[in-house]
Parts: sequence; C-alpha cells; structure tokens
Amino acid sequence: MNTQVTPPARNTKVMNRFDLTSRLIAKLKHEEAVVGGIGNTNFDLWAAGHRPQNFYMLGSMGLAFPIALGVALAQPKRRVFALEGDGSLLMQLGSLSTIATLAPKNLTMVVMDNGVYQITGAQPTPGAAVSDIVAIALGSGLANSAWAADEEDFERLIDQSLSASAPTLIGVRIDDKPGVGTTRRDPVQIRERFMHGLGVRQPL
Amino acid sequence: MAMAEGQTLSQASDKKPAQETTSPGSTSPEQSWHGIVLQTLKRNDIRLVPYVPDRVLTTLIKNLHADPFFTTFPTAREEEAVGIVSGAWMGGTKGAVLMQTSGFATLANVLASLAIPYQIPLIMFVSERGTLGEFNYGQSLVCRTMRPVLDSLAMEHHTATRLDEFEFIVDRSIKQAITTQAPVALILSPLLTGGKVFDK
Repeated sequence: MNTQVTPPARNTKVMNRFDLTSRLIAKLKHEEAVVGGIGNTNFDLWAAGHRPQNFYMLGSMGLAFPIALGVALAQPKRRVFALEGDGSLLMQLGSLSTIATLAPKNLTMVVMDNGVYQITGAQPTPGAAVSDIVAIALGSGLANSAWAADEEDFERLIDQSLSASAPTLIGVRIDDKPGVGTTRRDPVQIRERFMHGLGVRQPL
Repeated sequence: MAMAEGQTLSQASDKKPAQETTSPGSTSPEQSWHGIVLQTLKRNDIRLVPYVPDRVLTTLIKNLHADPFFTTFPTAREEEAVGIVSGAWMGGTKGAVLMQTSGFATLANVLASLAIPYQIPLIMFVSERGTLGEFNYGQSLVCRTMRPVLDSLAMEHHTATRLDEFEFIVDRSIKQAITTQAPVALILSPLLTGGKVFDK
C-alpha cells in the first residue's frame, strides 16, 4: 500500500483461503473483530478456530463489508477485519464507495478471489476473466488497495493495515477448494456471542 | 465517530423553519413530521442514519446532516444501509435506515437472512410512493409488494398518516424494536408527508 504499481491479479500466487484465514487469525492479539462473508469465507473463518469476536454470515450475500463498516464506526478503537469472496463483493460494489467516503481507518478488507462461485458448483463469476477487484477498489477511492503477491506479502499487508490512516483492501488470489469446516448455523448465538466478544453485552 | 471527517456540519441551533414544500402546514421542525422523526431518534439515542434519498425525505436528511449528534450518509443500496446499521448495533451503536418504497422492495433477502434470524432491531423509515396521487405506474406496482412482504415475514409495521399520532408511533415502535430485538418498518404515508405529486 504504497504508490507502486500493483501487479495484475494473474501474476500473483494462487493461495488457499483456509491457510490465509489461519495466518490472519494467528496475528490477532487485541480482540480484533472479524466478519466472515457468506459461504466458504465464513466456513474457513470458523475452521480457523472460533473466537468471540468473529461474526459469521449465513445469508445476505455481499454484506460483509457493510456489516464490518458498521462495527468499525461503532467501535473506532477496535480493529475490524472483513473477509469477503469476489462473487459476493460483485453484488455490493457500491459499498466500496461508501467506505472510501467514510474512510474508517480501523477497517481492513480482504477479498478472497477465486473467480468462481465455488459453493454452487464453481461456475465462473461474470467478471472472472476481465475484472480486477483491486482496480475497482482503487477506482472507488480506496487508495490503500493492493493484491497480495504471496502469503508473506499478505501478512505484510495485514501488518501494514494496522497502522494505516485509511481503510485497507487486500486482494488475494485463491484456489477453488471448498471451506475446511462448516459454521454452526445458529444466527442468534452467533450474534449474541459476537456482542459479548465486542464488550457490548455480558452473558446472562 | 470517525467519519464525521470531511462532512460539513453546520450549526444545528440555527435551523430555520422547515421549508418543506411537500408537507402542508408545517411551521417548525419540532411540529413537522420530520422534526418529530429527528427529535425522537435523538431521544432514543439513535445516532447512525444511512439512507438512500427520496424527495419527501429531503428536509429530514438535510436536518440530520446539520445536527452533529447524527452520523448520516448516503449508501448505494438500501441493503447496504441495513448491513451497516446491523453491524453498528452489534458494536453498540443504534441506527435507523431511511428509504423509499422501491428501496424497501430490494430488502426481502436481507430481512429474511440477517435482520430477523439474527434478531437485530432494524428500524426503517419508508417514504411511501405509489399511492394517493402516484403518477408513475411502476411506483404504484412496487408499492403493492411492500405490505405483503412485511406480513409474510410477520414483521411489525405501521403506516403513519396523522401528525398527532406520529410521535407516539415512532417512539413506541423504536422502543419495541430494541426491547424485542425485532425489526420494524414505519411507513410514511402521503397523508402525513404530502407525498410527491406530479410537477414534472
């Protein structure tokens, strides 16, 4: 997230969602919030080890970044991560403009880009062959947007985002593997535990 | 909040009487329907108000922007605004979403997969187009989908038509949404707001 020209997506290493999610979770030491988008994205977040500050989406495709934005606005001192698939983000590209305008510096967005709707049978997304998510983010006004070249670069970009003065978006090219686990589909518990994790509520 | 940066916040104290061409008889923000919305939101500590605009909501939106108590901004889609206030609620900040009838029509999925099953007290103000003088056929059709969607999800909703009942409806509905952790839609009828009439 410097001014260097970001390499085209196809020149970045194809990584793995679960591995990257695990690398992110391993770095979290300050009760950072993590919002996992619908499908494999939150399945791998779950599989990386449940923590009370994780929120798992069981629907509302495309809203991981807006939900994370809401958390980031409500708790400006807490670092908030949002993990979203490329297909999901394509449903809600306008949210990138909203986030660029509000510019919460405590928000880090990760786009897991495999170019397919893996969970429905790996059909290609409409833009898979032609669209560049990071270029879209840059064009939306998110200046701190970059592709991660490899795992090491991903970790570097995550670290860099922690002290950034504007929201960060990190694109990662991933393989077409399904999620490693399956989130327990209990929306009320997910929400309640998340609120406990954020210190908004105490358990009964 | 962080995002007040870059917004121009004028003084809330020197608000002029509402110049609400679509709301007959309003003399001050406090006595107008939009003044009631603003004051009731404030009284219930609802600070975050994302919206997709509507002509009828113009004065309310302007006054929300002018009041530093509120964090208010446009979103690209109503669904996005629902996601934002849902995240904010879980983070401890209360919010409400402003939209038009046609915007509500885009929300069935997020209501059924986020707000209701996760028990999030989503508060929606819907400016009602499509009835009582509508001039656009598509608006009148999409309006007919709104209450069946609300009813099919067994969602609380009220249609506000009278100024004398309005504060009661808004205040009680907000409190009920929060205490029962269930969404509510407050539909602003043209009978309350004057609506939007054919003027090119």
